Amino acid sequence: MEAGAATAPARTRDETRGPIRVGRRLLDVGLNLYAGLALVYLLVPITVILVFSFNNPRGRFNFIWQEFSFDAWKDPFAVPGIGDALWNSVQIAVLSTLVATILGTITALALVRYQFRGRAPVNFFIFIPLATPEIVLGAALLSLFLNFGVATGFGTILIAHIMFNLSFVVITVRSRLIGFDRSLEEAAQDLGATPLQTFRLVTLPLILPGVIAAALLAFALSIDDFVITYLNAGTTITFPVFIWGAARVAVPPQIYVIASIIFLFTLAMMLLTVWQQRRAEKMAARQPEPEEV
Amino acid sequence: MGARLRKVGLPYLLLLPGLGWLAIFFAIPLGYMAFESLKEGTLETGYIFDWNFSNYTNAISDFSEQLVRSFEYAGLATLFGLLIGYPLAYVIAFRGGRWRNALLLAVIVPFFITYLIRTLSWETILSDSGLVVDTLRTLGLVSEGGRVLDTTASVVAGLTYNFLPFMILPLYASLERIDHRLLEAAYDLYGRRRDVFLRVTLPLSMPGVVAGTLLMFIPAAGDFINAELLGTPNQFMIGNVIQSRYLELNDYPTAAALSFILMAIMLIIVLVWARIAGTEALLGTEGEAR
Repeated sequence: MEAGAATAPARTRDETRGPIRVGRRLLDVGLNLYAGLALVYLLVPITVILVFSFNNPRGRFNFIWQEFSFDAWKDPFAVPGIGDALWNSVQIAVLSTLVATILGTITALALVRYQFRGRAPVNFFIFIPLATPEIVLGAALLSLFLNFGVATGFGTILIAHIMFNLSFVVITVRSRLIGFDRSLEEAAQDLGATPLQTFRLVTLPLILPGVIAAALLAFALSIDDFVITYLNAGTTITFPVFIWGAARVAVPPQIYVIASIIFLFTLAMMLLTVWQQRRAEKMAARQPEPEEV
Repeated sequence: MGARLRKVGLPYLLLLPGLGWLAIFFAIPLGYMAFESLKEGTLETGYIFDWNFSNYTNAISDFSEQLVRSFEYAGLATLFGLLIGYPLAYVIAFRGGRWRNALLLAVIVPFFITYLIRTLSWETILSDSGLVVDTLRTLGLVSEGGRVLDTTASVVAGLTYNFLPFMILPLYASLERIDHRLLEAAYDLYGRRRDVFLRVTLPLSMPGVVAGTLLMFIPAAGDFINAELLGTPNQFMIGNVIQSRYLELNDYPTAAALSFILMAIMLIIVLVWARIAGTEALLGTEGEAR
């Protein structure tokens, strides 16, 4: 496509002639088209879930389109056990997010703000769980519980979720802290603020976006986790564990309905955040956005 | 003196809760798993610790097929992820303009649907009388009565889809960070488009490529859900074996040994990558207080 340019490398972009420009145009359009197709690929399964939540399947599995129906939407909790499973998931997600975000933020603060012996190994230690396959994390924890005769259930799931969320929180908050201007804290302390006041009034507001991002990530990871949960769940059933059990026996459309509700709720939250950010940005500085090069 | 001690001890004190949790529920469990992996016996007689290293050699010889398959499938999925993800991340970063955030949202939207349901959705899409199979049959790519579900293709497709956002996000982050003045400089110096891409854009986006491939490869290699829902025992990966040994057959020593083998191979891959790419890019520790 750029063979013409190869024979005359001394030409600048502005001097290119017809055929080359057409070739470049084609390449541009092709690239955009390819990216568009990739996006479609990402969105197809979600569309299928939304559509099939209105299906009225004949057999036990919701795989073949039969007829349009509102039945599943009218009573999403008609399937026995599905409500309890969802409630367990929400409880575990909220609690594990809370604990992991607090512990992780403190750890990130210590790592970025202070220089001390052993920081490099600590960084590495926090990174290892991320590089470990979930099945190994879950299996190791189960080995511990087996050896101590701990009965697995709600508590062990919670412990596991805090564990795998911690590293994610540390890394998310740390990335936010790296550009942090310490002179602001020093200024506060020069003006007579106690360390606690400095943290509450200066440090926390500055790192809050990072902390919120970490908490959202932790919540999403927790509510979606299956592998580690399944190994350490005992008889406790979370929403993903419920689906796993259902997937082999029967897939009622209610599963797709609840997935759709969670999806639409999350989407609405995200759009709200983006919209608010946009508004705040517009208000803060009426600068034109950097255009593409 | 007391104040000085407090100052020196403070970071360690702050680290204590988080690191303590990871030590008790991550590091020590690994120790117990090592202990478990060296036990001998059967479920009936109970398992007794006996430095039984043959668990490892037996596990490798019994399940080499699943081990090799895991890395093969994960490698293929990561490759497809890069081929699909890089152009998409590139277009969003350089041509997204004011739509950038909306496009990024579309990339992470799959995460809003529970992982298992996403996989079930692929089961629906690829099912025997579904649209994809019908189309492929019409095109003659799948023989009459041929299937897509329960094949290597469906499992790799599932892995590719499920972990794709992990690839795209770091790619986007590194592409978006590129200073556009560098590209302008390259063009001003009469760089051709292909050369500017290969010699400026691509090298600068390498941290994203490294992070993306790892974030996609690691979970894909340990996965057992795609093989279970979209495949048959002929497509089972090492995760399927570990899971069933632990929870169904209660063969803890073999399961523990296999977990260690998987983790060891994974760590070697990560360290080799880290050597190639530099640890800073990997650990994200550049720019910390020094």
